[in-house]
Amino acid sequence: MIQAKNERALNGFFLAVLLLFALFCVAPYLLVLAGSFTYEGELVKSGLRLVPKQWSADAYKLLFSDFGRVATGYKNTVLVTSAGTVISLLINSMLAYALSKRACKYRGALGFYCYFTMLFSGGIVPWYIVCAQYLGLRNNIWALILPYAASAWYMFLLRNYFKSLPEEIGESATIDGASEPRIFFTIILPLSLPALASVGLFVALMYWNDWWLGIMLTEEARLMPLQLLLRSIVSNIQFMTGENASRIIGSAVKLPSEGIKYAATIITIGPILLLYPFIQKYFVKGLMVGAVKG
Amino acid sequence: MQTRTQPEGREPLEGREPPKILGGFFHEIAKNRLIYAMALPGLAFFFLFNYLPMAGIVVAFKNYKFSDGLFGSAWRNPWYQNFEFFFKSGAYVQLTRNTLLLNTAFIVFGTIFSVVLAIMINELIFRRAKKALQAGILMPYFISWVVVGVFSYALFNFDYGTINVLLKSLGFQPVNWYNDASLWPPILTVVHIWKNTGYTSIIYIAALAGIDPSYYEAARIDGASKFQQIRYINLPQLWPTVTTMTLLSVGRIMNADFGMFYSIVGQNPMLYPTADVIDTYVYRTLRTLGDVGMSSAVGFYQSCVAFVLVLGSNWLARRYQPDGSLF
Repeated sequence: MIQAKNERALNGFFLAVLLLFALFCVAPYLLVLAGSFTYEGELVKSGLRLVPKQWSADAYKLLFSDFGRVATGYKNTVLVTSAGTVISLLINSMLAYALSKRACKYRGALGFYCYFTMLFSGGIVPWYIVCAQYLGLRNNIWALILPYAASAWYMFLLRNYFKSLPEEIGESATIDGASEPRIFFTIILPLSLPALASVGLFVALMYWNDWWLGIMLTEEARLMPLQLLLRSIVSNIQFMTGENASRIIGSAVKLPSEGIKYAATIITIGPILLLYPFIQKYFVKGLMVGAVKG
Repeated sequence: MQTRTQPEGREPLEGREPPKILGGFFHEIAKNRLIYAMALPGLAFFFLFNYLPMAGIVVAFKNYKFSDGLFGSAWRNPWYQNFEFFFKSGAYVQLTRNTLLLNTAFIVFGTIFSVVLAIMINELIFRRAKKALQAGILMPYFISWVVVGVFSYALFNFDYGTINVLLKSLGFQPVNWYNDASLWPPILTVVHIWKNTGYTSIIYIAALAGIDPSYYEAARIDGASKFQQIRYINLPQLWPTVTTMTLLSVGRIMNADFGMFYSIVGQNPMLYPTADVIDTYVYRTLRTLGDVGMSSAVGFYQSCVAFVLVLGSNWLARRYQPDGSLF
């Protein structure tokens, strides 16, 4: 009796602590969301508040007044994320499949060849010179995609998954005369959709959130991904010339130079937040698989 | 290149005499050419984006000229010229210390925090709350460091940062956060915990879910309290995972999370005494100073120490945790 009571008290205590920490995790999102809709005069006077006293959409108006720039950012990020995810999954899963086949005699050595890339790296300077000078990955969209395409970590996750599939699946198809690539694309891949979905989500998130390739390998505004657009808005106090902005917002009002940072943040993380409730459980599953087998 | 690798490549085929090593290699490639063709794109990518830069590490000993390229540029004389400033000026002391101390703080506090969190979540009896809390805690993992940079700006900026506004309304003096280097190691540790605990705690929750329920039953029959169960069942069962995860991070202790430092600390010399790390220094030397020689020399130093640490931690893992070993 006493123990049951104690246990319930303990559970209540755990719940309280966890609630506090979860609030701590989520609070910045709410603050910034509220901040993006707060009147600039209030922002510079009393900072961010969960419920603004004076609402305003000026920050979004100013942000979208340069619609082309925001649209370019979105276009680049969506393109890089979708193309990158497809290319990366294709390359990694084909390699993973080859290394999962027992018929492949050199799979041990080739596995080590991939694994070694996780142990040692040449550092960013040679990497940068190789990409920019030798591979022509400079100021073009491929520079934002190709350097991340092959990943030993995801490749091994997929290989472990392929290994766990029963071998008879491929064997019967081989007897029927199907080639390995055919078996892979028509039988193995459809069977591996759960694993591909989990790895694919991680890869897509990596591309969506990336700005490293952008700052290292591109300079032109037309290639700017969303994350770099946000960065440039945050570090440039003046998003656009004062005159232009006051024409859009109205000259009497304070320019939303703080608010626009928060509006740009919301625009950048919006799609992830909207998808979050639906994809979150796949991430958890993928992580669990990685934890058990990685 | 691959001839030295696998002796099994020489397995005799029915009715034929065993082919010679090189013949065996070509034979194997020809026999499974479609399999190797599928592996080829991935292998080529690793070659281009990992192995070429590894070879390019020689640039640390060269006087790099764009027109002569990575391998054609002249060697430095004396060979250590690129390293001279970094070591003679003492820059390496502060950078190495910052990188190691901050990463150690991240590992120690991060591990303790995520283990505690995982145990709490695991113990919760309220199912729906469990799912919702987990979703909330995992949320920061999904955003980029640029966004975290905006969050920290919103909290810490002097004039209208939320924390200073709060301090002022309570009658305290506002703090000039971005001017005081001593404040940042704890702040960065908290930010690191904020961003990554959700992720790491899931791994520990997965490990906890794998514990045999009969342990708990036996403990209950013996009258063990919840705390005793946690102390004598959960923690020991978590230990292998904790060791593996810790060793994994120790292997990367020389590599700071560039995105984190670049977005939160930025190019703010006031904070360099405690918050400048090797990765940001290399980036600055390369992009701001354009000094390929020195930045690659610092990168070389980092890569070599990191490699030794990875091998060391891997060796330890294999020694103490044969089945929990990293690779």
